[in-house]
Amino acid sequence: FYLTPPQVNSILKANEYSFKVPEFDGKNVSSVLGFDSNQLPANAPIEDRRSAATCLQTRGMLLGVFDGHAGCACAQAVSERLFYYIAVSLLPHETLLEIENAVESGRALLPILQWHKHPNDYFSKEASKLYFNSLRTYWQELIDLNSGETTDVREALVNAFKRLDSDISLEAQVGDPNSFLNYLVLRVAFSGATACVAHVDGVDLHIANTGDSRAMLGVQEEDGSWSAVNLSYDHNAQNEREVERVRMEHPKSEEKSLVKQDRLLGLLMPFRAFGDVKFKWSIELQKRVVESGPDQLNDNEYTKFIPPNYHTPPYLTAEPEVIHHKLRPQDKFLVLATDGLWETMHRQDVARIVGEYLTGVHHQQPIAVGGYKVTLGQMHGLLTERRARISSVFEDQNAATHLIRHAVGNNEFGTVDHERLSKMLSLPEELARMYRDDITITVVQFNSHVIGAYQNEE
Amino acid sequence: AARMFLRLLSDIQWRAAHPKWRRMTSSQRSTSTTAEPHPLSLPAQAQVVICGGGIVGTSVAYHLSKMGWKDIVLLEQGRLAAGTTRFCAGIVSTARPVSIELKMAHYSNKLYEQLEQETGVQTGYMKTGSISLAQTQDRLISLKRIASSLNVMGIPCEIISPKKVLQLHPLINIHDLVGAMYVPEDALVSSANVSLALATAASRNGVQIHERTCVSHITIQKGQVTGVETDRGRIQCEYFVNCAGQWAYELGHSGEEPVHIPLHACEHFYLLTHPFKEPLSSSLPTVVDPDGRIYIRNWQGGILSGGFEKNPKPLFTEGRNQLEIQNLQEDWDHFGPLLSALLRRMPGLEALQIMQLVNCPESFTPDMRCIMGESPTARGYFVLAGMNSAGVSYGGGAGKYLAEWIVNGYPSENVWPLDLKRFGTLQSSRTFLRHRVMEVMPLMCDLKVPRWDFQTGRQLRTSPLYDRLDAQGARWMEKHGFERVKYFVPPGNDLLDLDHSKTFYKPDWFDIVGSEVKCCKEAVCVIDMSSFTKFEISSTGDQALESLQYLFSNDLDVPVGHVVHTGMLNEKGGYENDCSIARLSKRSFFMISPTDQQVHCWAWLKNHLPDDSNLTMEDVTWKYTALNLIGPRAVDVLSELSYAPMTAEHFPSLFCKEMSVGYANGIRVMSITHTGEPGFVLYIPIEYALHVYNEVMNMGQKYGIRNAGYYALRSLRIEKFFAFWGQDLDAFTTPMECGREFQVKLDKGIQFLGQEALWEQKQNGVYKRFTMFILEDHDTDMDLWPWWGEPIFRNGRYVGKTTSSAYSYTLERHVCLGFVHHFDEKTGEELVVTTDFINQGEYEIDIAGQRFQAKAKLYPFSSLFTQRRRKDEVELSGYQRE
Repeated sequence: FYLTPPQVNSILKANEYSFKVPEFDGKNVSSVLGFDSNQLPANAPIEDRRSAATCLQTRGMLLGVFDGHAGCACAQAVSERLFYYIAVSLLPHETLLEIENAVESGRALLPILQWHKHPNDYFSKEASKLYFNSLRTYWQELIDLNSGETTDVREALVNAFKRLDSDISLEAQVGDPNSFLNYLVLRVAFSGATACVAHVDGVDLHIANTGDSRAMLGVQEEDGSWSAVNLSYDHNAQNEREVERVRMEHPKSEEKSLVKQDRLLGLLMPFRAFGDVKFKWSIELQKRVVESGPDQLNDNEYTKFIPPNYHTPPYLTAEPEVIHHKLRPQDKFLVLATDGLWETMHRQDVARIVGEYLTGVHHQQPIAVGGYKVTLGQMHGLLTERRARISSVFEDQNAATHLIRHAVGNNEFGTVDHERLSKMLSLPEELARMYRDDITITVVQFNSHVIGAYQNEE
Repeated sequence: AARMFLRLLSDIQWRAAHPKWRRMTSSQRSTSTTAEPHPLSLPAQAQVVICGGGIVGTSVAYHLSKMGWKDIVLLEQGRLAAGTTRFCAGIVSTARPVSIELKMAHYSNKLYEQLEQETGVQTGYMKTGSISLAQTQDRLISLKRIASSLNVMGIPCEIISPKKVLQLHPLINIHDLVGAMYVPEDALVSSANVSLALATAASRNGVQIHERTCVSHITIQKGQVTGVETDRGRIQCEYFVNCAGQWAYELGHSGEEPVHIPLHACEHFYLLTHPFKEPLSSSLPTVVDPDGRIYIRNWQGGILSGGFEKNPKPLFTEGRNQLEIQNLQEDWDHFGPLLSALLRRMPGLEALQIMQLVNCPESFTPDMRCIMGESPTARGYFVLAGMNSAGVSYGGGAGKYLAEWIVNGYPSENVWPLDLKRFGTLQSSRTFLRHRVMEVMPLMCDLKVPRWDFQTGRQLRTSPLYDRLDAQGARWMEKHGFERVKYFVPPGNDLLDLDHSKTFYKPDWFDIVGSEVKCCKEAVCVIDMSSFTKFEISSTGDQALESLQYLFSNDLDVPVGHVVHTGMLNEKGGYENDCSIARLSKRSFFMISPTDQQVHCWAWLKNHLPDDSNLTMEDVTWKYTALNLIGPRAVDVLSELSYAPMTAEHFPSLFCKEMSVGYANGIRVMSITHTGEPGFVLYIPIEYALHVYNEVMNMGQKYGIRNAGYYALRSLRIEKFFAFWGQDLDAFTTPMECGREFQVKLDKGIQFLGQEALWEQKQNGVYKRFTMFILEDHDTDMDLWPWWGEPIFRNGRYVGKTTSSAYSYTLERHVCLGFVHHFDEKTGEELVVTTDFINQGEYEIDIAGQRFQAKAKLYPFSSLFTQRRRKDEVELSGYQRE
């Protein structure tokens, strides 16, 4: 069984999406030029999600990747809801009041977000009312709290993450009279998702990360080469600080059982996540909810199963770690990707591949004849060779697709091997997950001119 | 030439290594090659100030001084011949598709040939000839068309076989060629030296030349140029000539009142090589390979080769005023495809050593033609710029025409295709220009086929019905930024895509337009004609009537509600505009002109109407949507919609009335159609446009109404022998020459512009006659279609060219319109053209070298008018009156 190059391309490109920030006549005021995004499923259905939106009532753009586990329900819910929580957290008091008044009097709402979605990125219609009510409760509380202080982005991100997770938990505890929704909120709460979210506003880049997805900045050095800067820490057993944090939060008696085989309680790879109430609720609460829940939930061995050595919940949090970075002209792009990418590729390679893709021919060292003796024929040969190198890049119109092609198809020499690519993509569903994980990538490209101009202003 | 180039090149290289050279050397550097350096201070006043010391500016100065004007100052911000002129490839090529461009290039060639003798400055002039290669049959057709028009101008030119190509130029690989065109008199020059020679001659004639003088802005008072501000002081002047090349746009915008000069620069690359071991002969012809997008000339025993790539790099969009063009970066990757084309054409060059890749910006215009003439807003402000990479070929001729324009008020040839006033402010957006020149530059090499439309910078001006018409299958073309329908593609009917629809033969829309024409003849069609220019002129007293009577040749003192077709003529009786004027009231007139008259007509009227606050003129083009209802049932549709009788007794021909149509009131209805078919034009205030259109379409259903486009209109008007301004009529054509004496009232009792010239023509006869030709042995399906510009032969002798053509679905023949001259067989002197002369000849039309028999007619076919209604009797009776 062998896939032709066009077949490979159609698989790779099925979920690709690009967005260009609208510009007029070169007078681009956004520090973001646009982004490329793509997903390649290994699970069926895919458990990764992604989101991107522009904040309409405040400045800036939000982008995120979400890696679900134990099903896709939680990742789906987070991908729909998290940005609203962030946007609301960022809103000034007056705007919140205005929005609340509009809802109260049944007037049209100010739009908060402009989504940039691939047609496959769906929102669940059924739950929108429920989600909206929870969100509204949140902003009503914010109005009541009115701290009067200007909103700090870091704080807003942390609050939004925590609040959404607590709403997910609460909705599952309360349940819903509608049996479909009731089952949905329980599935959301019992499954889990990591989140890696970027907020870009001018030169201010904030990364809020929960779990083991990763944000990486692509930096172009003065000599034209590419280097990678991590803008997030993985929350897993490889991160000593994280292991230490978990240990500090529980009694010494549990020290040995807390992290086993690099997993939390010997079960969970990420050390922080949304949902996963099995690692957050008390045993009593879990039992009560599962017993009163619908039959499907009761029949599910996973949900009924209580993790071993479960003494002092919660063991898990959705609180993100936030990193702030001031963008510089040499910061050319940001890669947000789920662990499916980072398992197969080193960040340095990611930086180089994306960097070379985005700059294309222009940043190949330009040829200058200077005083050398070059014949037309030699020059022609040289140019032909350079074009051939570039044409492999131009097969992809999307940086994320290009990265996936490398992640899946790279041979030991670091170049894409079509045969390998074909084999990896034609694996039967049940086998695919053994060879690779879901991969979700969003590549954000920055506008160095705008960033440079910001810098000069300061 | 060789020495000059070497000097330039060493200079470039040296300069690249010493970027600060300008500051270091500017004070000592003298204008060594100019005859007389002028370290003097600027004069306080001059008659003419020319800005720009490139080939264009020096040519204008040269020609003005030749015509006897001496009080001229030429200012150059850097050094003479330092911009595009300095770097350009120096090819003088006459093979140009547009007739006026061909004439300019021809003149330039002749001028440069004798320039060295005249001035003593070595110009490097070398008559090498040029070979244009065709890789495809279509390309060969386009070359044959050019060859036809070169031949009738007396410029030697032949279509040759690939074998002959090899004899002329041994390096050319001919395996993929189908033929070529050889122009033996094309030449090579050192463009910088030509420019210096022109400057030298001008300087001897008294022109003052000042280098390193920057023009900051032009002062304009009451619409008249009064002076020039420079970094070295002010010069008062009557005339200012903007020859600033790619800086012309910015310079135009530097004054309080901007002069819009729509051009934009693109990078342009060419390659220089070291000489061959056995140096190439300097007489080797220049090779143009348009299918490969390249040109190749001999240079210093090696070659110089450049081209026009598909993906041009526009630059200076934001404007950047820098002194001289800095040596822009070489970009080999960008040049790669052109290098491939070069090595494919001349494989023997592989071993040749590279000397340099030169990056020389060129300025391009929105329609690939240069920009010439007087600003519509500032009198005395002249422009000559935007040479579209043919500055050397056009420079001489263009400078001559502009000098004539300044001195005589108008050039000796029709230069409307180049006139600055063909553009408005709307073509002046930088975004528009940037996008458009990226289309224009590759077009230098693309095949130019009939009915070709620009694809960029579209949907700028549209009718309110645009979306409605688009949804019904409209295909669009653009005129003066306005979208107009070509035809409507019926549902389920797929046409070829843009690239494949390019043809010199029968086009794919043939049957579609045929059915629209049929509907116009038998039922009724609607054509949106909103793009036409519309002015309202009114006054408190009789000023409007009096002024218009002076400016127009027909009698406008008609009863209120009448429409008059009339020419707006110049002193020589030539058409500055051809329009329809409705008398709305005793004191107000509504004037309809062709779309591209918006700027020109406005400027003409502004300049000629008395400065009287009681006389007002308004451009109302944007206020009205115009729907043309064409066909015998138009009258039924309109009377049902208005509940008003529309019969001849109530609504005679050439009549205008405001009435209600549907719910909408105040619709200006005129019984004209611009085609000779019965029908009406409705001028609808735009807010009613959709309503009226819907009503017309609904009501028209039972009469078989359908949408139609301009192609149908064109076919109709040409088979009826209707001339259109801009296509058939120009400033050098009088009503007498095109059978429109009936539109001239020599005895209307009021003197009018052009009257004397027309009197003279009436008494002495005319020297050309507008004639209609029916192609006899032309196979519509198999033969090349006529376009315009085809030579006309009478008894085997060339007598003129066609100006437009269309297939007549009624006659089932092609109809060409054109002018017939009478050249004396021995002296070539122009003689009076009589009716007998026209009628007693055997005619042939030359389409790309193939001649087709044609029947000449001075009057339209009466048999076409069997169904004619009342109005045509009036509208057309004039033709018979003669």
